Formats: sequence, structure tokens, C-alpha cells
Amino acid sequence: MNSSQSRTDARQAAWLLTPSLVWMGLFFVLPLLIVLLISFASRGTYGGVEWIFTLANYRDLADPLYLWIYLRSVALALATTGLCLCLGFPLAYYIARAPARRQGIWLMLVLIPFWTNFLVRTYAWMNVLRVDGLLNALLTNAGLTSRPIEILYTDTAVLIGLVYGYLPFMVLPLYAAIERIDRSLIESARDLYAPGRAVFTRVIVPLAKPGIMAGCLLVFIPSLGAYITPDMLGGARSMMIGNFIQHEYLVVRDWPLGSAASLVLMAMVLAGSWWYQRAGGVRPL
Amino acid sequence: MTSPSVELREVVKRHGSTVAVDHLSLSIRRGEFFSLLGPSGSGKTTTLRLIAGFEHPDQGDILIDGRSIAGDPPNLRPVNLVFQQYALFPHLTVSGNVAFGLEMRGIARTEIRSRVGEALDMAQLAGKGDRLPAQLSGGEQQRVALARALVNRPAVLLLDEPLGALDQQLRQEMQVELKAIQEQVGVTFICVTHHQEEALTMADRVAVMDHGRILQIGAPQELYEAPASLFVAGFVGLSNRLDGRLAEVEGTRGRIEAPELPAIQADVPAGTARGSAVVLVIRPERLHLSPQAAVGGFDNVMPARVAKTVYNGHEMQYQLRVADRLLWTVRVPNADGGQKRFRPGEAAVVCWNRGESVVLTQ
Repeated sequence: MNSSQSRTDARQAAWLLTPSLVWMGLFFVLPLLIVLLISFASRGTYGGVEWIFTLANYRDLADPLYLWIYLRSVALALATTGLCLCLGFPLAYYIARAPARRQGIWLMLVLIPFWTNFLVRTYAWMNVLRVDGLLNALLTNAGLTSRPIEILYTDTAVLIGLVYGYLPFMVLPLYAAIERIDRSLIESARDLYAPGRAVFTRVIVPLAKPGIMAGCLLVFIPSLGAYITPDMLGGARSMMIGNFIQHEYLVVRDWPLGSAASLVLMAMVLAGSWWYQRAGGVRPL
Repeated sequence: MTSPSVELREVVKRHGSTVAVDHLSLSIRRGEFFSLLGPSGSGKTTTLRLIAGFEHPDQGDILIDGRSIAGDPPNLRPVNLVFQQYALFPHLTVSGNVAFGLEMRGIARTEIRSRVGEALDMAQLAGKGDRLPAQLSGGEQQRVALARALVNRPAVLLLDEPLGALDQQLRQEMQVELKAIQEQVGVTFICVTHHQEEALTMADRVAVMDHGRILQIGAPQELYEAPASLFVAGFVGLSNRLDGRLAEVEGTRGRIEAPELPAIQADVPAGTARGSAVVLVIRPERLHLSPQAAVGGFDNVMPARVAKTVYNGHEMQYQLRVADRLLWTVRVPNADGGQKRFRPGEAAVVCWNRGESVVLTQ
């Protein structure tokens, strides 16, 4: 098919987009524009929005307290991504190299947690991590610690929760990429004198790169804006951007500041992923 | 230079309950172009992978230049393999692919550059070093695979169906080229193929394999003209066969009888007992075809009827009904225009001399 033909086809098929365009326009673009407007408005005395143009909200975000929240969030999201990659790669590799029949079972096991509500699963983690919880009981009984460790309501708990929640998003694209690597390429590298480590760094990792890139993005972006996990496992001291925005909107009722915070988060994610994909040699979305 | 280049001693390899390689012993000379020929499932590829180190023998030993390598992993063996689908690294350029083995062995950069250059020249890939494998044609990818292996100056080069992915025209060109390269570099080549023409044209010696065993080893001419078994006769080239009984024998001169046919004169292996069941095998190009008339100078003359004719350009191929029971093929080269062309349904006689056939005992 020549390109002018395919362009005509594309034009004719354009009406297929109408339903989703209407939906996204009404329920995504319009609210986003409203948020954008509010971020430049002023806060009313009793929590409402007063339509007086100001840049004060963005200036306020430069407060060290808020910057600290952003930094912590980025650090936690990076740590989550790194841990997911370290845990997910061996798992994905194992699944991709298992007999085809068993691959399906393993993938299902990876996805089974999604059958349960995320909130319920996070409550379960609270029980596991509590001072008198399952983990501490195990550690104490094994004689590894004399006194229960405080894990719940710390950054460690948030990290555990985030890694747990987003690991499948890492495993699935990694699996898809590794599964496509021809086994004879690995044999070929062995044949060309590569020891095991070189096979990994020179052949497997470069060929799995699209999966690594996609997996890291899919884990990093939602962890950066995570809300439920830090809210429930992190407590008051480990606030992340998501909790901060929620706090501004619903507790302090400072909608303009909350809006500005949301837009800065979005800008960070967009800029970050654009740079990341460019650096990774993938055409930016 | 007394030890053979590659030696297999009583090698056994089982895949589950099936025996892929069955007490295989083999000795390959230095600088030899050796082919393993056989149908799929004959164990030829497993044999190659055992030498490459991707599989390990359950029993027996494998030696290269007199040293046992059966326990070594593939990256420590002085052999390189050209994979069936080439297995070029898609993320590396042609040069990157060719340099890979040298880099892994920690060879100095300047030397790598010059050796990669030489290898690309040899493979007629000069100027294509910066391309990615996906940008090359099938024939070029084949050359990259060859250059990537030979640049390491291996003691033995293993080739797994090296021409299998190429089209007919290119395949024939590469057969000649591969042989020329082998003569130029002088490395021992072991080539696995199911394609008898490939084995015959390229190899110095061929081993015909079936069910994990070697049935016959010999020069292509030997295999073709003196097959030791029906399997070899059937697998290497096309052959006509006739089941019969050895009615009389004197030394190597025998007379074979078969129902509804005149007695056939044939040379038989010495020591074949009178009365034993035998199979007579004869190549299609060894048969002569004449119009129904008295023919002199042949030991055997047999009436036949032309069933089908095939024009192949360089030759005519006739299918004959011999004594209404057998279907034989005869090939007549289109040497000059004056030759008699037969038509389907026409009567003819097919004739040959006693030395042209091979007699096998069952």
C-alpha cells in the first residue's frame, strides 16, 4: 500500500476516534485546564478559589519543606524502580526461559495479586509490618532480633509497599523483551569466547533494553505519584507528592497550591520520561 | 602432526529416552572439509553441538588436536560455529559482530581492527562494516557469520546447515565460495547438511548418518559409486533398485534372477553366498536407452516402456516401466541434437554393463 493510500484510509477512519476524543476532552483535558487555571488563582479566606491572577502558588512550592517532599518522592521512586529491576530481571529471565507451557502459569502467578483490591492488599501489608506483626514475629522467633523492629510508618515500609505494588509492571515488559531473544544469540556469544557475565552485559542486557526502558518508566511514574502506599504504610513523616497534593486539596483546602503541585509533578514526569527515552536511544513519545 | 584435528571416541548422547548419538567414533584430519550428511533426526546436529560444547556427551570422549575437551564449556574450546540462521547480534554492526570474539579474548584494539578488516575483505564485505545485520541481504549475513567465526582463527570451524537459508542460485555460488575459502585458510571444516548435493560438492570426505550412527564414511565419489548400504544408496543421489536372488556366483561375477525378468549379470562383493537375497542398485545416468532393436556390447539388455518424460534443460529424464513392475529413472544428457527423443508410451530397451551396478546383500 502506498503512503497516499494509507493517508486516505487514516482520514476515513478518523471518525472512529470521536467517542474517545469526546470522553477524554470532557473528562480529562477540561478538568486539567481547570486545574491549570486554579493553579494561577488565589486561595480564598475560607478555602475557596478567588479568581485573582497570581504566581504565588508556584513560588510557594520553592519552600524547602515542599522541595524536600519532591526530593524524597523522587528518591523513593528511583529506589523502587531500581529494586523492581533487580528483583524483576532474574524473575522475568527465568519465566522467559521456562518451557512455553509453564510460562503461562508463572505469568499468572505474577498477576494474581491484581485479583485483589489494592487497598485490601495494603492493609495486609500493615498487618505483616506491624510491631506485633508477622514479620517481627518471624524475626524474633528466629532469634535474629531481640526486640521488634519498627518498620511500619517508615520509609522502608513505603519502599516495600511500592516495590510490591509495581513489580508486575516491571516483570511483564522485561519478560516480553527477554522472551524474544533468540537462544542461538546466547549460544553464539558463548561460542565466541564470552564468559557468562559478558553474555549478560554484552548480549542479554542490550537486547532486553526496550523492556528495561519500558519497565522502569512503568514503575517510576506511578511510584512518583503514589498515594495509597505512603499514606497507609508511611504515616505522617513520610509524605510523598501524592499525599501532599491530597493534603492541600482536602485538608488545608488550598486548591491553588494543590493544583500547582499537581502540574509541577506532571511536568516533572513528562520532562523526565522525554529525557530518559532520548538518552536511551528510543524515539520520545 | 600425527594426532587428528578432531576425534570422537565412542560418544553417546541421549535426549531423554532417545539416543541421539550412538557410540559414534570419528577421526577428522587437519585441514579437511568434512561433511556430516543425514536426514533430520539422524544425530548430525547433535554431533556438531557436542563438538561445539553446547551439549556434553553421556559417554565417550571428544579430542581436538589430541587434547580432550569434553569437559570444557563452549567459550574455552578452540572451535567456532556458524549457526544455521547465522545468529548475528542484531544490536551490533557488522564490524562489532566480527570483533566480538577477539574482544572477548582480550586482544589489543589495534590488532582487532586490522584482523576485522582482513576478515571483512576475505568475506567480500569491505565497506559494509558499519551496517547493521538487518540491513544486509541473506548472502551477506552468511558471509558475516563466516567472517565472525574465521577471524578467531579456530582450530576447527563448525557449520550448521550453512547454506540452508539461501535460495538455490546463491546456494550454488556459496558452495563454490565456501570451498575456496576453506582451501585458502586451511582450517578444518565440519559441515552438517541434509542436502546431499552440498555434501558431495564441498566435502573432502562425507559421513552419512542415520539414527545416531555413521553408516559410511568416504570421499563423495566413493559414497556415490560404491554405497555400502541401501540407505546410503538412497540418500546420496537418486538410484534405481531391483530385488533379486543371487543364482550363480564365481568370484565377483554373479548372475541375479528376479521374477518376470531376464537374468542379470552383475559384479558382486567377494564372498557373497550363492542363493542369498540381494538388491541391485544402479544410477540413472549409468543406464543407456535405445529404440527397440538389437543392441550390442552390453551385458544386460532389458525391455521397457517409457512412462513419463521430463525435460531438464541439460538432460532428459525418463521414467521407465521395466517388465511392467518396476519404475526406473534414466538420465540422458542433452549432448547433441541428433539424439533420439523418446515419447511417453514408446517401447525401448534399457542396457548397462555388469560393472555399472552395485549389489548389496540384505
